[in-house]
Amino acid sequence: MSFHPEMEYAPAKFHRSERKLAVPGEPFEYTPEHQAKFDQNVTQYPPDQRKSAILYALYLAQKQQGYLTAAAMRHVAEQIRCTPAEVEDVVSYYTMFYTRPVGKYVLNVCRTLSCALLGAERVTEELSAKLGIKPGETDPTGTFTLMEVECLGACDRAPVVMVNDDWHEGLSPNQCAKFIDDIRARGGATFTGCHLDKERRRT
Amino acid sequence: MAYEPVLTKHVGEPNAYTLDFYMKNQRGYEGLRRALTMKPNDIIEQVKASGLRGRGGAGFPTGMKWQFVLKDTPKPKYICCNADESEPGTFKDHVLMERNPHLLIEGCAISCYAIGAKVAYIYIRGEFYHVQEILEAEIEKAYKAGYLGKNIFGSGFDCDVFMHRGAGAYEAGEETALIESLEGKRAQPRLKPPFPAVAGLYQCPTAVNNVETLCNVPLIMLNGAEWFAKLGPEKNGGPKLYCVSGHVKKPGVYEASMDTTLRELIYDYAGGIRGDRSLKAIIPGGSSVPLLLPDQLDTPASFDAVQKAGSLLGSAGLIVLDDSVCMVWLAMNLLHFYRHESCGKCTPCREGGDWLYKLLLRLERGEGQAKDLDLLFGVANNIIGKTLCAFGDAAATPVLSTMKLFRAEYEAHVREGRCTLPADWRARQPLFAGAH
Repeated sequence: MSFHPEMEYAPAKFHRSERKLAVPGEPFEYTPEHQAKFDQNVTQYPPDQRKSAILYALYLAQKQQGYLTAAAMRHVAEQIRCTPAEVEDVVSYYTMFYTRPVGKYVLNVCRTLSCALLGAERVTEELSAKLGIKPGETDPTGTFTLMEVECLGACDRAPVVMVNDDWHEGLSPNQCAKFIDDIRARGGATFTGCHLDKERRRT
Repeated sequence: MAYEPVLTKHVGEPNAYTLDFYMKNQRGYEGLRRALTMKPNDIIEQVKASGLRGRGGAGFPTGMKWQFVLKDTPKPKYICCNADESEPGTFKDHVLMERNPHLLIEGCAISCYAIGAKVAYIYIRGEFYHVQEILEAEIEKAYKAGYLGKNIFGSGFDCDVFMHRGAGAYEAGEETALIESLEGKRAQPRLKPPFPAVAGLYQCPTAVNNVETLCNVPLIMLNGAEWFAKLGPEKNGGPKLYCVSGHVKKPGVYEASMDTTLRELIYDYAGGIRGDRSLKAIIPGGSSVPLLLPDQLDTPASFDAVQKAGSLLGSAGLIVLDDSVCMVWLAMNLLHFYRHESCGKCTPCREGGDWLYKLLLRLERGEGQAKDLDLLFGVANNIIGKTLCAFGDAAATPVLSTMKLFRAEYEAHVREGRCTLPADWRARQPLFAGAH
């Protein structure tokens, strides 16, 4: 059925049995180091507002395990003292949380206007051809995940690719194949980082 | 171009981000020291007199915003710094936080004192992790040096500044959505009123200010309101950062006064159009504002003048488009963004954004029909003004603006059954041309 006489209503094709539930996962608990970091972070909010630390708590869990499983979300819920449903509510909203395993390097190609004007569509195309995967997929070796993201806020150095927490600026389509080879050979040293951050990267 | 930058004067110098450099070259924390000798109300009056307008997009006078913050309440008050810079075409706060973090920290402390808050949260977008690391380290140094924490300069004023990392939501840049996100919920806007000044973070009075706005506050304290107002034309005082990107030779952040024209920004500061092609249109204030045509280039880039020309200065993110850009593609690219980033709270924006995108994709692929143009217009007009926040208007604007100025291109797409301007920087295969 359609809510608009002229438009197809997409979720009509969707059945709730297709809903992707979180992966159950192994029993999860913060490492003592992460527990200490969380306990420190939660003090920056008023004592009755522990929920404010939820994004931080989820980042820690994701850092520890690579992605967020149902067990990890339950652990976060215990830390925050809320229900697991509230945690999943937050996880499902924010794009930087993964609920499926991702590769060692997650290539987030910015696809919004300023980057697209300088060839971001071609960058995704070339990376996809080189890796043999479509956007949203992980390669069979589990090394690379290719993603398209919306504006990263570095339009002056377009096209920009965010790899995990690191940046690579000014990646033109014809450098893409070499870029992948370089990462395979040299790892994180390949990335240019943010051009404003040069001196700190040297030290 | 005789203008001398005040916000970004030192950004290119080595170690400009350090506390030592800030103390030596920018009269560091003198503004805060001076502010603490004044009454909070006098600071607000001075900011009002300076004519400082919010740099986040709406251009609302900052002093007024602070004045609205409820005074007679036993509840704590909060400053939230909006560092969720996600508007396509905007990257000014990035530079300030990365290269001049102490200016922001000082601005946070002064504004806390002005509204009677003890805590400031800097809500930074999740993608700016490298910026967050710098800010965290510099905040730590400010604490050690006694510019933050308990009893600053022996005045009895306590102030804490904390970082809060977002996780990839454009909508979190809307002030009430930012507050929701800070409270640990989905970043969805609230119904206003009550405004954050009355019931914001944790239902307490809150002022939400952009990074660039807060960075201007120490300058006003140091040099006075009159000096600040004189930096620009009437009602548009102070320095302004412009982000120029797209088809220009030297994209980047440029600081200028607001009597600089768009032509100067594009041709003098940013070096002109790449490949010396001709200019087709510009987006003057981030992707959410109407386009301007080349014959409007002599408009001064101030809040009021750009509005008079039929657009908005917004966050001052100039996106320059040369003659290779297909306007239907442009609208499609931006609607992909808005469709993806819609928070889903209001139906017109959630569903309408998706419909607009599908219609544009159909047109761009050459499968569109003549009646699609009216439908596009109808759907866009049914989003504008019908949502809780300005996101809905922002999503409909690229469609309405391109249809108004370049309707012939839309018609050509229908008539010829293909894209009439397939530039070489675009994808070769449909999968990568926004087809998902």
